[in-house]
Amino acid sequence: MTGEKKGLPLTDLQIDALREAGNIGAGNAGIALSQMVKKKVDLSVPRATILPLASVPELVGGPETPVAGIYLKILGDCSGSILMLLERESAWSLAGLMVKGDLAGEDETLVKRSALRETGSILSGAYLNALGQLTNLFFKPSVPVFAMDMAGAIMDHVLVNLAASEDFVMVVETDFQVSGVKIRGHLVLFPDIGTLTIILERLGVPIE
Amino acid sequence: MNELENVGVAELKVSNNSVVMASFGMGSCVAVAMFDPLKKVGGLAHVMLPESRGKDKGRNPAKFADTAVEFLVDELVRKGARQKGIRCKIVGGSQMFEMPGSSGQDGDSEGKPKPKHIGARNVEAVKQALGGLGIPLVGEDTGGNYGRTVRFNTSTGELEISSIYHGRTVI
Repeated sequence: MTGEKKGLPLTDLQIDALREAGNIGAGNAGIALSQMVKKKVDLSVPRATILPLASVPELVGGPETPVAGIYLKILGDCSGSILMLLERESAWSLAGLMVKGDLAGEDETLVKRSALRETGSILSGAYLNALGQLTNLFFKPSVPVFAMDMAGAIMDHVLVNLAASEDFVMVVETDFQVSGVKIRGHLVLFPDIGTLTIILERLGVPIE
Repeated sequence: MNELENVGVAELKVSNNSVVMASFGMGSCVAVAMFDPLKKVGGLAHVMLPESRGKDKGRNPAKFADTAVEFLVDELVRKGARQKGIRCKIVGGSQMFEMPGSSGQDGDSEGKPKPKHIGARNVEAVKQALGGLGIPLVGEDTGGNYGRTVRFNTSTGELEISSIYHGRTVI
């Protein structure tokens, strides 16, 4: 009947609707990525879960895992955030696909970081576009910010912006994988409570 | 003996056994480690936000700096520490992302001038609460723009900090 955790009672139907929304968003992001790297991109079935704050970093392999994180705030009709995470090696592999050839003396690390930030921005934008069309809402992504560090430390930042009054957060998470190369990453949508309410209403399964 | 107890975001633990408590991958959060060296009682709080502003108080004191400091002291005293003997070390409070312009939501709704980032505010709030209770701060590694893991030995008060970019230190 209810979501598996206290705090936010969601029905199975509502969880399914969120997973489907995540699927459509990540599907669009996957297409964008596939076009950028000219390779096939596989997506996992999204997870839509309500997690206690302490266990959010487990989503991406634990709080000490070195990752590249590209974070965008969602503005417009809704608020929340969207985060793309790549394990460190995956991040450099992906950047390597984007940044090729002679950089004419430019700092390679700087260029690659910038390429990753841009990729995160494009994928998140594609995700939000699809989600916006599905729900007939306007989602405006903020300027992306980039960090490469421990997953937990990056998550802190996201949680602080979301969880001022809640001990649980809703996450919709999709794993993606670029075939042929070792690139794996995660797209994580963190809708805040108000956004969750609006999205579920638009999907026809409102919170009672 | 050296059992590792994980203290996650917005959690708090105390012990009068010799255990090592750890908080992994902290960014803007602050680890507040307190111990009474004589009674060998120690505890760790993984603080997430500066102040509870009254709400949430009963629900999860470990989440907010102001309530966590008070709660941690109470819990230590309950485990046998003497309030006058308690020492404190703090770690964390970094800024992981360079935010373009004012980030809005980090700010205060009362329209104060451009606020400090949340990590710095967490550190400030912890120090203020410590001052209020007269608990001496005997070690600190805060700020910067990188993530940290801490391991805290509750009986010795030794606090080990590790990070990807800055190696290991002990305070």
